Amino acid sequence: MSFDTILQIDGVSKRFSKDLDLAERTARKLGAKIAPATVHAVDTVNLDIRRGEVLGLVGESGCGKSTLGRMVAGLTTPSEGRILYNGQDVSTLKGAAARDAALKIQMIFQDPMSSLNPRLQVREIVGEAPRFHGIVQRNQMASYVEDLLDQVGLDPSMGKRYPHQFSGGQRARIGIARALAVRPHFLVCDESVAALDVSIQAQVLNLFVKLRQDFDLTYLFVSHDLGVVEHISDRIAVMYLGRIVELGESEDLIARPNHPYTQALVSEIPTFETGKKIYHAIEGEIPSPMNPPTGCHFHPRCPHAFDRCRVEVPALKEVAPGRLSACHLNDRAT
Amino acid sequence: MTEIATNTPVRIDSPSKRIAKQFIEDPVAVVGLILFGLVALIAIAAPWLAPQNPYDLAQLNIMDSSLPPGETSFDTEMTYWLGTDQQGRDMLSAIMYGLRISLLVATVSLALAITIGTIVGVFAAFFGGRLDSIIMRIVDLQLSFPAILIALILLALLGRGVDKVIMALVIVQWAYYARTVRSSAMVERSKDYIDAARCLGLPSRRIMFRHLLPNCVPPLIVVATVQIAQAIALEATLSFLGVGVPITEPSLGLLIANGYDYLLSGNYWISVFPGIALVVTIIAINLVGDRLRDVLNPRLQK
Amino acid sequence: MTALLDVKNLQTHFFTRDGVAKAVDGVSFSLDRGQILGLVGESGSGKSVTGFSILGLIDPPGRVAGGQILFDGDDLLAGGEAIMRNLRGKRIAMIFQDPMMTLNPVLRVDTQMVETVRAHDNVSKAEALRRSREALVQVGISSPDERLQSYPHQFSGGMRQRVAIAIALLHKPDLIIADEPTTALDVTIQAQILSEVQNICAQSGTALIWITHDLAVVSGLADRLAVMYAGRIIEEGPTSDVISNPRHPYTRGLIDSVPQGKRHGAMLTQIKGMTPSLLKLPQGCKFAPRCPRADRVCEVEPTLDPAGPDRSVRCHHPHSEANGKATS
Repeated sequence: MSFDTILQIDGVSKRFSKDLDLAERTARKLGAKIAPATVHAVDTVNLDIRRGEVLGLVGESGCGKSTLGRMVAGLTTPSEGRILYNGQDVSTLKGAAARDAALKIQMIFQDPMSSLNPRLQVREIVGEAPRFHGIVQRNQMASYVEDLLDQVGLDPSMGKRYPHQFSGGQRARIGIARALAVRPHFLVCDESVAALDVSIQAQVLNLFVKLRQDFDLTYLFVSHDLGVVEHISDRIAVMYLGRIVELGESEDLIARPNHPYTQALVSEIPTFETGKKIYHAIEGEIPSPMNPPTGCHFHPRCPHAFDRCRVEVPALKEVAPGRLSACHLNDRAT
Repeated sequence: MTEIATNTPVRIDSPSKRIAKQFIEDPVAVVGLILFGLVALIAIAAPWLAPQNPYDLAQLNIMDSSLPPGETSFDTEMTYWLGTDQQGRDMLSAIMYGLRISLLVATVSLALAITIGTIVGVFAAFFGGRLDSIIMRIVDLQLSFPAILIALILLALLGRGVDKVIMALVIVQWAYYARTVRSSAMVERSKDYIDAARCLGLPSRRIMFRHLLPNCVPPLIVVATVQIAQAIALEATLSFLGVGVPITEPSLGLLIANGYDYLLSGNYWISVFPGIALVVTIIAINLVGDRLRDVLNPRLQK
Repeated sequence: MTALLDVKNLQTHFFTRDGVAKAVDGVSFSLDRGQILGLVGESGSGKSVTGFSILGLIDPPGRVAGGQILFDGDDLLAGGEAIMRNLRGKRIAMIFQDPMMTLNPVLRVDTQMVETVRAHDNVSKAEALRRSREALVQVGISSPDERLQSYPHQFSGGMRQRVAIAIALLHKPDLIIADEPTTALDVTIQAQILSEVQNICAQSGTALIWITHDLAVVSGLADRLAVMYAGRIIEEGPTSDVISNPRHPYTRGLIDSVPQGKRHGAMLTQIKGMTPSLLKLPQGCKFAPRCPRADRVCEVEPTLDPAGPDRSVRCHHPHSEANGKATS
């Protein structure tokens, strides 16, 4: 099968290191055992995102999903690997070509308050970038902004207000309008509904579904909430401590999770079971990404872990058509 | 610990209007603001308000020297409400002109120091890394010396003069603003709206000055009100010590110094009235500054 | 048997610059020993303020302006601060969303726990330590001795919340009020804590008020649910009945708003509009402007009336018991 790939994440890693300060460097020279701390936030991730799809990226805190999203949006540069947009490595482009490519990928942020500049009116927030880049003529600016506000379900007459005069859900919509204003083809949604009340979250999710059709968008939808991700995504990638552990078609992945970690996540999707629920919690804490376990990162919490899991990193390989999983158990079964 | 979410905003005031509204709720601060307004008005309008030009020697009469407050001139009808100094100069006029010099020096040095400090601070915060380290070490070094000491050394090198005092005050003060702006810019820089602006392909300079800087202004205003009072006091100190403004353009500090010699011989008014003017000015500014700090600090708001 | 907790017509108001915000306006409910009540609502619904009111933790400009809170027969509001302080931490404990509200970052866990024990019980230090250890084991902490000698900042978020829960359990309270304690935690950790809490309540007979915005979390945990909107309880009843057959249009909307996988990719049923400001509440039914069923009748505020066995609902046009059609 071949798909039209819009964005290719090719062997991307991101390491954050905290350099030693002067005192620590001195102490180290004197023999103290201090090393610069390094976090492998993202560890050799390969992922192809197809044109027009919604790819859900799910995982718990510290799994690197947000860092991956920020690298795709161009806010952070990978330590290793390349991110190809329409086959081109955006980081090698120069000048206007680089700018145009960068504008095609926009990001929707989590916190609806801190992602809006409190000192600017909404029409400035939405209109600044298209005017600066000359996407819209000055005299058409007002109607362009009003049109966008209307598209995201806001009253176009509210353009002269400031962010603090809006509710959380409305602010989320303003953030979406701002991203759409530069006519992107690809949206990275980083926990974009996590801070919203349940009833507002549903409204914004519906808006994402509608905009995808109206603007032919592709989404990378990053979230910790598998319920939300499942609802909106065509395919889902599950991350754990910097690595993708499973990838597959949404419905199939939820119905038949292959990786033990995915299985654990799926069992925690909110359901309205009546009567007392029996919680099948997986054991243990999420390890620190500063000091991840050897072999398969999940092995200390995994109920099925065996010797090989402690030493060898499982490869992400096809276990069924269109389904990738990184678990040694799959070799065992065959 | 308790919070109420008033989700839908009821006000449609702009942020500055809201701050103004809250400001006037404290009557003491309003008194401070009015006082400061009066002081500023007197300083600006001194040439038109003052009964005489205290530095036009033709208008002075040596026969009127050292008159106590309320005395009338020897040959004109003029009453010296605050007395005269040893050269027969009307103290009221001298204070008005002195205030003018004091405020001029303070505001000009404030404006220059804020400009320099803000640009340096925003650059340090936005680009971080080595540039940030170097700038902030210079700031630390500068702030580790008492301001008065640095100013004294500078003026000893530069000599007297209004421009030189201003220069000394700028050099002493820019570091406060650099530090203030940098710390608030560090907080603002990590907020999503800066990332959003980068995502939208806006150039660094635009992000820095249009997005980052305006959000660093509230703490800057607070520091500036404290610092302008400091600047006035520092200038007065320097002039009192004889290294500040020249005798031809006396500020409040120099007036106090002039009367100092006569204080013990009973001619209290030559020193005390300029002193009162100085104290009132500084208190008025501090009252305004305190209230501004309360109003602008989001943590103190409910 | 009298109820352990009986809240009657509670009124908690905040006197702000812009007017009086009635964060809690006439809330009544009762709770038996060992029962788990899920108090559900969105931000601004007054659910947290209700919890804080019971503990007497309302700070100015807020004030409990009326009503009664009967705990084991005693009126907490009439008793004054001294009685409240005696109950708080001993017979009524609180768990916050941020465990650092309970934990002191500069003290070791054992110091804090021993202090908490000895604040109300005159026991030896060794005895206090033994109890602390026991409480940590109870919340599923595997190496309690090691944890006791650590500082809170050495723990992960989930571990901190466990310790905070352990501290709440130290005096074997009759009632625990938990305000969104798992909201900030990862789902796998949340599941662990929910399962511990469920066990603890079942074993010790502690009553629990679990305050949350997440209906799905409490649906598997609580015996009864009370759904709040704009400072009022709008629906109340046994969890399974409320979830499987919500009578109030808001409760129904909330349940439909949660993506549950069965309607993959389709539009979610959404509640239109947004939560009203407490300072500018609509006349009549507070939900009417967002309600698909509202009509002229809703201009008069409905009362919380019995609706079916052991249930009540505050609506002029509730969904019927069997299907989604209006009964009136």
